[in-house]
Amino acid sequence: MSHLLEVKNLDVKFDTDEGRITAVENISLSVDQGEVLGIVGESGSGKSVTAKSIMKLNPGNTSYNEDAEIILDNENVLQFTSKQDLKKIRGGKVSMIFQEPMASFAPAIKIGAQMVEQLLIHKNINKEEAKSISINMLKRVGIADAEKRFNQYAFELSGGMRQRAMIAMALSTMPKLLLADEPTTALDVTIQAQVINLIKDIIKEYQMGVIFITHDLGVIAQVADHVAVMYLGSVVEKGPVNEILKNPKHPYTKGLLQALPDINNLDAPLSPIPGNIPSPLDRPTGCVFRTRCPHHNPEGKDGKIEMKLIEVEPGHWVDQCGIKCGQNG
Amino acid sequence: MGDNLISVNNVSVNFDYQENFISKKQKIHAVNNINIKIKKGSFFGLVGESGSGKTTLGRAILGANKISSGNVIFHDDERDYDLTDMNKQDLKEYRKKAQLIFQDPYAALSPRMTVRDIIAEPLEVMKITNSRQETDERVRDIASKCRLNIEHLRRFPHAFSGGQRQRISIARALVSNPKFIVADESVAALDVSIQADILNLLKQLQTELNLTYLFISHDLSVVAHVCDVVAVMYLGHIVEMGPSRELFKNPKHSYTKALLSSIPSIDPEKRSEAIELKGEIPSALNPPPGCVFRTRCPNPGVDCKGGEINMGLIEVEPGHWVDQCCAL
Repeated sequence: MSHLLEVKNLDVKFDTDEGRITAVENISLSVDQGEVLGIVGESGSGKSVTAKSIMKLNPGNTSYNEDAEIILDNENVLQFTSKQDLKKIRGGKVSMIFQEPMASFAPAIKIGAQMVEQLLIHKNINKEEAKSISINMLKRVGIADAEKRFNQYAFELSGGMRQRAMIAMALSTMPKLLLADEPTTALDVTIQAQVINLIKDIIKEYQMGVIFITHDLGVIAQVADHVAVMYLGSVVEKGPVNEILKNPKHPYTKGLLQALPDINNLDAPLSPIPGNIPSPLDRPTGCVFRTRCPHHNPEGKDGKIEMKLIEVEPGHWVDQCGIKCGQNG
Repeated sequence: MGDNLISVNNVSVNFDYQENFISKKQKIHAVNNINIKIKKGSFFGLVGESGSGKTTLGRAILGANKISSGNVIFHDDERDYDLTDMNKQDLKEYRKKAQLIFQDPYAALSPRMTVRDIIAEPLEVMKITNSRQETDERVRDIASKCRLNIEHLRRFPHAFSGGQRQRISIARALVSNPKFIVADESVAALDVSIQADILNLLKQLQTELNLTYLFISHDLSVVAHVCDVVAVMYLGHIVEMGPSRELFKNPKHSYTKALLSSIPSIDPEKRSEAIELKGEIPSALNPPPGCVFRTRCPNPGVDCKGGEINMGLIEVEPGHWVDQCCAL
């Protein structure tokens, strides 16, 4: 069976005044219908750039490699250039939920008007129908007084409510793929729990594929079926969520798990990953993680081992340098 | 009062609010009747959702917000300072001894000043040092304590990552040799890998420099790890307070329980055990009478539903205080 989304060998580079930056290198991912793929990593690891590539939302100085493919529903998104084609993916087949809902709604246009506007672009319906779809969707995501909220501005809603409205708007066009970029990071834990449950319900109901980006491994454990761990533009480990969180192989994945304060184990020391994520301008050759790796694999140290994912267990892929490091410690 | 550094007695903070110029003036009850004692050398945690009044309380203790009623006493070695009754001279002295670390290391540092100037500014403003040489020495000293590279002092903040910037903010707060630090969501904007590093640094500086912290955070797992005493705030009230291990192992208040269960578990097999709280924190303009949490309480008693039980902490175990509505 073909996947809903398949990303193959994607490189994303930005041309800047300081030189060409490699934001994403050689990424391959796939998402099936009704499946949640979690992407985790620190800031600067290329999570958002990967997601934006799927909608071709990266800025004008972006270049993609020629042999890359982003196959969505049997069409290569990267070859889309006309406005007509792009419209099909942006908000049509693919919708995105952003981290900061206040910044993603236009402040001076009513929420309802924004929802209706995008429905009119993507669906062949009239204003009345669009309005009723929008209000139903607002109700579906748990907004009380949906008719009243429809006529309000974003600033009149609280943070959790705004994020719900954002989700309602993203879902109202019935996309096949939902990109959720840190949708719960700006929310309180109690509201985060509400929003996570809502997203899970909706995935089940509409059977869409989801890419869920976050830096919080706890959230990943709660929502994702598969996980890809990114570091400096590369996937260093990927596989089923249980396997990655319980049996991590790559030293970076292990480091992320150890740095996380666990409320059930207060005696465990907090161990940070030493050093900082290097600038993408001087990306290390070979294994990208070697500058911060705690147990330098002697061969990986000088950057002679190329990045390459190897399947260690069925469906569990780890970078080859990381496998050796993992065995050392 | 020997071992307390800060005593907060019946403190309330209200703000005036007027929707527009003809409407009636209202009061926002941001912080209500708070009593806490912060021991010397403790890591005191303050948790709660946004809108619970944690930052307002922290700022009130620093003298940055006006206290509407009650008082805050800072017990220094020689004398006590009463924050509500302070002249300018005293306030200047107090500012040297109590400092604040902000949340966002990107917004807190001026992009036009070098790191050296940023860290030196408090010394110059408070006229602590007498010569440039002395200032430089103190800056270098505190910078190395905060594990900043001395060669980096001539650079501008844009050259640093989030974690390094937060270390610069910490150095700036510590340069005047304070005794008391309010850290307001100081790790919230950082990645987990760096967050652990900053928390370890704060712990290490605490023993090295004899510091007392008020650590404000919405992240319970972080608070559980670093703090020894924790107070949980909701809508301007403390609903539960106690030694952190005791409080997290044996939470009594429904709000604390709900908060703890909302932390996403790292174990994929333990999904959705969260006690889901319906709705959101009510407006502080007209908080519900009686127990403030009753509008969202998952298991309200018959009495508190009508708002007949007033807010008030009861000691259920030694040092473990719970609001009476849930303690009963």
